[in-house]
Amino acid sequence: MDNQYADTFKEEAYELLAELESSLLELEDRPHDPELIGRVFRAMHTIKGSGAMFGFDDIAAFTHQVETAFDQVRNGKLTVSRQMIDLTLAARDQIKAMLDGVGQEGSTDAAVTAQLIAGFKELLNEEQAAVPPAETAMPQPAPAAAPADENLATYRIRFRPARNIFASGTNPVMLLNELRQLGSCRIVAQLRDVPRLGELDPESCHIFWDVILTTAASLDAIKDVFIFVEDACEIRIETLDNGANPDGGETHKKLGEILVERGDIAASDIEAVLAAQKRLGEMLVEKGMVTPTQVHSALLEQQQVKEVRRERIQQEERSRAQEAGASIRVPAEKLDVLVNLVGELVTIQARMTQTAAGRDDAELISIAEEVERLTAELRDNALNIRMLPIGTTFNKFKRLVRDLSGELGKEIEMVTEGAETELDKTVIERLNDPLVHLIRNCIDHGIEKPEAREAAGKPRQGIVRLAAVHSGDSVMLTIEDDGAGLDREAILAKAVEKGMVALTTELTDQEIDNLIFAPGFSTASKVTSVSGRGVGMDVVKRAIDALRGSIAINGRPGLGTVISIRIPLTMAIIESLLVQIGADRFLIPLSLVDECIELTRADVAAAHGRNMATVRDHLVPYIPLRRKFAIAGTVPDIEQVVITEVNGARVGFVVDRVIGEHQTVIKSLGRAFKNVESISGATILGDGSVALILDIPQLVRSVEVGECAALNTQ
Amino acid sequence: MSVSAITEITQYLTFKLGEEVFALDVAKVREILDFTTVTKVPQTPAYMRGVINLRGNVVPVLDLRLKFGMSATEKTVNTCVIVVEMVVEGEVMVLGVLADSVQEVIDLEPELIEPAPRIGTTINTDFILGMGKHNELFIMILDIDRVFSEGEKAAIVKTEREAVVNE
Repeated sequence: MDNQYADTFKEEAYELLAELESSLLELEDRPHDPELIGRVFRAMHTIKGSGAMFGFDDIAAFTHQVETAFDQVRNGKLTVSRQMIDLTLAARDQIKAMLDGVGQEGSTDAAVTAQLIAGFKELLNEEQAAVPPAETAMPQPAPAAAPADENLATYRIRFRPARNIFASGTNPVMLLNELRQLGSCRIVAQLRDVPRLGELDPESCHIFWDVILTTAASLDAIKDVFIFVEDACEIRIETLDNGANPDGGETHKKLGEILVERGDIAASDIEAVLAAQKRLGEMLVEKGMVTPTQVHSALLEQQQVKEVRRERIQQEERSRAQEAGASIRVPAEKLDVLVNLVGELVTIQARMTQTAAGRDDAELISIAEEVERLTAELRDNALNIRMLPIGTTFNKFKRLVRDLSGELGKEIEMVTEGAETELDKTVIERLNDPLVHLIRNCIDHGIEKPEAREAAGKPRQGIVRLAAVHSGDSVMLTIEDDGAGLDREAILAKAVEKGMVALTTELTDQEIDNLIFAPGFSTASKVTSVSGRGVGMDVVKRAIDALRGSIAINGRPGLGTVISIRIPLTMAIIESLLVQIGADRFLIPLSLVDECIELTRADVAAAHGRNMATVRDHLVPYIPLRRKFAIAGTVPDIEQVVITEVNGARVGFVVDRVIGEHQTVIKSLGRAFKNVESISGATILGDGSVALILDIPQLVRSVEVGECAALNTQ
Repeated sequence: MSVSAITEITQYLTFKLGEEVFALDVAKVREILDFTTVTKVPQTPAYMRGVINLRGNVVPVLDLRLKFGMSATEKTVNTCVIVVEMVVEGEVMVLGVLADSVQEVIDLEPELIEPAPRIGTTINTDFILGMGKHNELFIMILDIDRVFSEGEKAAIVKTEREAVVNE
C-alpha cells in the first residue's frame, strides 16, 4: 500500500482519537447527552471504516467491538457507566498503540486487545441480560441489519464521487455494497458524464449513482456510510417515504418532479415541455369533469408543498456548504513558510518607511504608509492563522488528572476555564510538558488524601483549576489547587542545606516559594511514580523561559498553591524596544519593559559603586550592559535605564540611548551561538543591519549567580 | 577528513589572509560577499566577529586571522566574506569566513597535496587539512568542518568561564 495514504489515515485517526478522548471525558459528566454519544460513535465508526479501507484490519476489527457497544448506547439499549468509560478509554489507548506500532511486527500486545474485547463483550452481555434477554453474546451485527419489524423508510441517495476519489484510495463500490447491506436497495449507475474513450482518464471516476434504499436504519446510519468521503463528494440523501406520512401509500411523485428533484433536469425545461402539451387540468375542464376553480385550488396545494420542500433542500445545501467551508487542513510547514515570508516583508517594509522618510517626497511617503498599514494587517492575519485554542491540550490534562487521581487514591476534580484562549501552535506544543509536570505536582504534592482533607475541614474532593486568559500581548495561565500549599519551612531548610541561601538571609514568603524553581531543588521526601524523580521545577522554569515567558508560584499553607505563567502570544514576531550601546543595537521585549529613566553621572556617583537607582523612593538594581558586554567606547553623560519586570522583581538595564519601539521578526542565531546565554535571538533592522534580542530573564539570572559566587568566594 | 581521503582532482577557491594563501573546497562555498557591517555578539571569543544579514538570514562570521594568531582583519576594498555551507548533524549550516582578498579557483591533483607540517609554518596548523602546491606556491587547504566545531566548543568554554568571572 502506498505509504502516503497510510500516513493520512494515521494523522486523521490520531485526531479522531484526541476528539474521542475529550468526548468520553465529557460523557462521564453527562452520560445521557445524545450528541456526545453520537460523537463517540462517529469517531469509532470512522476509525473502523478508514482502517479497513487502508488495510489496518486489526485496528478495524478491534474498533468494531467498541463501536458495537456505543451503537447499543445510541439505541438506548445500554447506558453509559463509569466502567464503560474506563474500558473505552483503555480501548482508545490500545488503538493508539496499534497505530503507533503500524509497520512493526508484534509491537502491540495482543493479550491486552483480547482482554479489552472480552471486557466489551461482557459489558454487552450484562446489559442485554438485563434488557432483552433473547439476544445472545454473539458479536453484535452491524446496526443496520436489525430486524425489519421497525419502521421502514425509503431514501433516495445521489452519490456523486469527486473525480479524484480513486486517488484517496476509496473504492465507491465498497460504499455501495455497504449501502446494500442496510436494506433493500436499487442502484442505478449514471453514465452521462463518461467521456469518449479517447478522452477518458481511467484514474478518474466519471460515474455517479442513484440509490433507492428502503431500510430500517436511521438517516445517521446511511450518512455514516459516507462519513469519510462526504467532504470530497456530492452526497444527497432525501427521505422519500418514512412511514410516518399517513397518506404516504397514496401519493407518489410524478416522473418530472422526481427528475427535477434529482437535479437531472431543470424545472424550467420540464415546464417548457409541459407547456407544449395541454395540461391535465385543462383537459379535465374541457371535458367538464371538474371546475376551473377546483383545478386551481389543487394546483395551489401542489405548488405550496413543492415550495416548502424546495426551500428545505436549499437550506440543507446551504448549511452543508457552510460546514464544508468552515475549515481546511494545511500542513504546519506551509504556515511556517508564510509567517517567515511575512517576517521578511515586515523587515523590508521598515526599510522602505525609513527610506521614504529620508526623501522629501509626499507621494512616496503616502505609499510607504499604505504599505505599512497593509503589512501590519497581513502580519496579524498570518500570525492569527497559526493560533489554536489552548483547549486542545486542556483535554489531555483532564485525562491525566482522571488517571492519576485514581492511581494515587485521591478524589480530584479538574476545572478548566478559557479553553478558547488562542496561542501560537508552537507555543502550545512547547507548553505541554511543563504543564503536565505542574499538574502532576498539584495532584501528587498539592492535593491531600480524602481523609486528610476531611480532617482539615475541606471537602473530600480536591479541585485543580487550569485557567487561561488573554492579557495584552500575552496569555496568563493559572494552575491552582486547593491542597496543602507549600511547606515554606521545608523549602527554606532545603535551600540552606543545599547552600543556595545563607542561614541569616531574610526572605519574603514569595521569595521562599520561588526557591523551588532553583536547579536541583526537590522537596519530595519520597519518590512516587508521579514526581520526585529529581526532575524538578527548574526544568519547568527553563521551558517557560525558552518561550520568553515567566512563572511565579504562591503557596498559601493549608489553602493551596497558585502557579501563574505568562506566555507571549507568538514566537515569530514581537514588539520590542530598540536600544543602543556604542554602535551596537539591542532589543528588549516590550512585554517585559516597565519604564525608562535617565541615569546621570551624579546619580552613579551618589550610589557609591552600587548598581542601584532610586525610582519614586524605591530602589531598583540595574545591570550596566556596556560593562557586562565589554563594549568599548565612552559612556555618554546621561545614560538611560530600561526598567523591566522579571518574575515580579524590577531590574534596570543601562544603555546609552533608547531609540524606540520596533516590530521585531525573531531570527535564530543558529548553532554557532547556541551557547550564548544572554541573547535569545536576532532581528534585521530597517537599514539591513543585525540587532540582537536580549534574553532578559537569563541576564538577570546570570548576574544573580555571578554575584552569589562572588560572595561565596569572599 | 584527512589528506589521504582526497583522491580526486578537486577545485579550490584560494584566498589570502595576510601574505598566506589558503584554499577552500569549492563545493562548500556558497557565495562571496563584500565585507559590510558585522554585529558583534557579546560574550563570544574575539575571532567570532559577529553576525551579518544574508538576505534576511542571520549568519555568523569568523575571523580566521585571529584564529591563526594574526591581527584582526581590517576592512579594505578587497576584504570579503566567503559564505560556506555545510551539513552538521543533519542540519544545513551557513557560516561566513573573512578573507583579506579572494584570489581564484584552481584545480589541485591529490598527489600535489601533502599533510600539513607540524612545524615550520608561522601559523597554527589545527585548521589545516593539507598543503597544496600550485605554481611553486604553497597553499594551505582549510579544514572548514574543524573550524566550525572548534568555534562551537570555544563558545562553550568562553561562556562558562564568563559566568564565574564576570561581575
